[in-house]
Amino acid sequence: MKLTKTLLATSALTVAASGAFAESHGNMAMDMTLVSWGGAYQASQQKAYAEPYMAMKDGVSITWDESSSEAVAKLRAMNEAGNITWDLVDVEAADAIRLCDEGLAMEIDHDEVLAASPDGVDASDDFGDMIVSDCFIPQIVFSTTFGYRTDQLAEGVEAPSGACDVFDLETYPGKRALNKQPTANMEWALLCDGVEYGDVYDILETEEGQTRALAKLDTIKDQTIWWSSSAEPIQLLADGEVFMASAYNGRLFSAIVEQDQPIGMAWEWQMFDLDGWIVPEGLPEDRLARVMDFLHFATDTQRLADQAAYISYGPARESSAPLVSTHAELGIEMAPHMPTDPNNATNTFVNNYNWWADYRDDLDAKFQAWLAQ
Amino acid sequence: MTDTTQETSGPMLAADGTPLKRSLAKALRAQKLRALALIAPLLLFVLITFIAPIADMLFRSVDDSQQGTVHGTMPLTAEALKDWDSSTGELPDNAVFDAVYTDIFVAAENKLHTRVGSRLNYERTGSSSLFRKTGRGLDDIGEVYQDQFEDLDPDWDEGTPWAELMGSPDWLTSMQGWEDGQPLPPFELRDGVADLLPRTAAIYRVFADFQIEEEEKSLLDEEPWSIVHTRLYEDLRDGDFSTYAGPRADMVKAADALVDTAEFETIALKDGFEAIDEDWLDIGLWQTIKAYSTSYTAGYFLNAVDMQKTPEGVALRDENQRIYGLLFKRTMFMSMVITFSCIMLAYPVAYLLANLPMRTANLLMILVLLPFWTSLLVRTSAWKVMLQQQGVINDVLVWIGIVGDDARLVMINNQLGTIIAMTHILLPFMILPMYSVMSTIPPYYVRAAKSLGATNWTSFWRVYFPQSVPGIGAGSILVFILAIGYYITPEIVGGNTGTFISNRIAYHISSSLNWGLAAALGSILLAAVLILYWAYDRIVGIDNVKLGG
Repeated sequence: MKLTKTLLATSALTVAASGAFAESHGNMAMDMTLVSWGGAYQASQQKAYAEPYMAMKDGVSITWDESSSEAVAKLRAMNEAGNITWDLVDVEAADAIRLCDEGLAMEIDHDEVLAASPDGVDASDDFGDMIVSDCFIPQIVFSTTFGYRTDQLAEGVEAPSGACDVFDLETYPGKRALNKQPTANMEWALLCDGVEYGDVYDILETEEGQTRALAKLDTIKDQTIWWSSSAEPIQLLADGEVFMASAYNGRLFSAIVEQDQPIGMAWEWQMFDLDGWIVPEGLPEDRLARVMDFLHFATDTQRLADQAAYISYGPARESSAPLVSTHAELGIEMAPHMPTDPNNATNTFVNNYNWWADYRDDLDAKFQAWLAQ
Repeated sequence: MTDTTQETSGPMLAADGTPLKRSLAKALRAQKLRALALIAPLLLFVLITFIAPIADMLFRSVDDSQQGTVHGTMPLTAEALKDWDSSTGELPDNAVFDAVYTDIFVAAENKLHTRVGSRLNYERTGSSSLFRKTGRGLDDIGEVYQDQFEDLDPDWDEGTPWAELMGSPDWLTSMQGWEDGQPLPPFELRDGVADLLPRTAAIYRVFADFQIEEEEKSLLDEEPWSIVHTRLYEDLRDGDFSTYAGPRADMVKAADALVDTAEFETIALKDGFEAIDEDWLDIGLWQTIKAYSTSYTAGYFLNAVDMQKTPEGVALRDENQRIYGLLFKRTMFMSMVITFSCIMLAYPVAYLLANLPMRTANLLMILVLLPFWTSLLVRTSAWKVMLQQQGVINDVLVWIGIVGDDARLVMINNQLGTIIAMTHILLPFMILPMYSVMSTIPPYYVRAAKSLGATNWTSFWRVYFPQSVPGIGAGSILVFILAIGYYITPEIVGGNTGTFISNRIAYHISSSLNWGLAAALGSILLAAVLILYWAYDRIVGIDNVKLGG
């Protein structure tokens, strides 16, 4: 009898407490699962968005999942199983378009959900062309580029300048590391095989073009280690296991500047791409409310600029750019390390994410079969 | 004499008068039930968590009727293609294009067309992009008509006039009285409209159900899909509306007159599809769609053995797409190499374990078990550190001077790496059964052999070794079966040439989401193991396998 009473009293208290709690948080879930890419990039998001948000909202806990590279497959599988466990997912632009087409990502009214700039410019104007899909909330501009071991360079040989040097085994012998997916690799293969920049996607659309790209990659297949998580190429470079590796420029930056590794950057034909958030379709109301609250905060002008103080990716908002100054811990100027800095490359490649949204499945099948052979 | 009297006097009875046989059976049944009840929790657990999911997964290797397949999402197309002979080399007729138009349009509204595209992409690369483009482009066909009707009368592009034309009066009344937050009244067609405008009514019904059930929007506010206008054009072209006097009669008659004029612009479906992508006029595409439009398919299994369905029957795939035969062979070969190297390494260790004094043997045993208790990932990553070109082994070799600094050995990201790491990881599974068999071999047999004049070798080979064979057998089965399905280690240290079929299965499960193919590959792997097990039983005899003393 006594026990029942105590139990009742406790649960009544809990109900009252949670009621008061819910009021202050407007019926929002207290836990959130964010999906990102791990490593230095995720750390920058954690410092610039998640930690200030948690400090502001008492009791909110954020769980990180490092599954962004498999986000499309996993969201498809979750949809199949009818159980969405993610709240906010960081993906590349092409994946966002794909997920939007497939009804797996939620369409968003950018002006309603996102904060305006401090000068009062609407979010949709502030982000501008970066909003490549109704489901996509842009965060950063990044590039896939090349790093090489400065200490493995033979004497008297000029340092590699960019993508095409990967295919030059004579001048630059040694292992290479490339991303285990067709994006960027196929374009570089064609480009370095003599295709004009403007024709790359037209040619890649054809059967012959795809064969040609794979044939070019065949020339270095034996010498290539294929990475699947973005921390891998940096590790391979740091260990001296490879001479050259394709990697995201922010990761290379943190290896070179923050960790002082003997690595150099080769920017020529770096591949520009966008990265941002999508909200999975079908979230329950309380979780959705929390995600929207977080998004409003995490994508405002100041937060995007803050992120650039931790990693050398360009913020997607126009109004954030003037606020980017120095590295948060080292105090160095960030601008020269940004992929958009004009000194970094004379030739740059802009990833055609719309094209990839259409052709990714086709080329994935081909590329993976080619890899397995 | 007494015997016969007993038999003729009926069955033997128990104390309560029931026949003894039945009473015994009853008692036994109760006992059986009790036993069953005891194991029921475990049995249910195994059934629900183990057998059922596996069966469900394996079933996917033949199932082709789910949402997102031709059969599940493009039913009209599947039906229409039944009459088309795929071997004639002629494109399907307009009826098929018509069915595809409706199917993909509706699928695109439901955002399912990309899944059909992905499904067909497994069989014919290029299908995924084709379906994505088509889903976006189909509006171009309907808009030809939509624009002209709208120019004639803007009402053709409004929700309410359409609802008045198509819906029954009862439904219309309840629809007009509907307020936000209430459930929407289910759509009803007006009597006679299905005869008047058969095609339009059919597609409008789909549109109406979609808006009400999926979007939960009022039909009075939603302009119909562009395909509804295409169907309206077809009905107006074919029908006679001079006597029609129902709702919106003026609108219909005016539109009918417009359609009959020479200026009215039309577009053939085939041309519309060609404008979206020329691939739609490729006979191979249609052959693929037809071949995979049944609810059950052998396609996944064919794919798993590098074959495919063609109009001429089953044929091998193109050279550059044949990978599974290669992978199966590689998996078998490498598993055998790993099993063999495990035997070679484990035998002396097990022998020592069984024959050393207890104290030393225990110490050795701990050394065997210690790595066994360490996380698999840690052990595999440790091998990475050891074997890589700037790794421990290479550094030592360079330091000693056996290999030059510029000619460091490549021992990882290839088959060698997989073999070394997996041999190490599976070694305890070989040592333990061998040890348990060897520890029961009495030492005096060897002593007896020696006292009869045998040399050390003869006494080992003729007396000791045959008695230890059951241990080798048990260890080999364990190691081989574990090796054949191994996934993590080859993934980390195998590179391209050292991966197994299981890595491919994992790829299809988690990346390409071709679960049917993954299930087919898994079924084949399971069958291969069972056949090997059966063969082993026939050759060596499973009774000769001992896992313990």
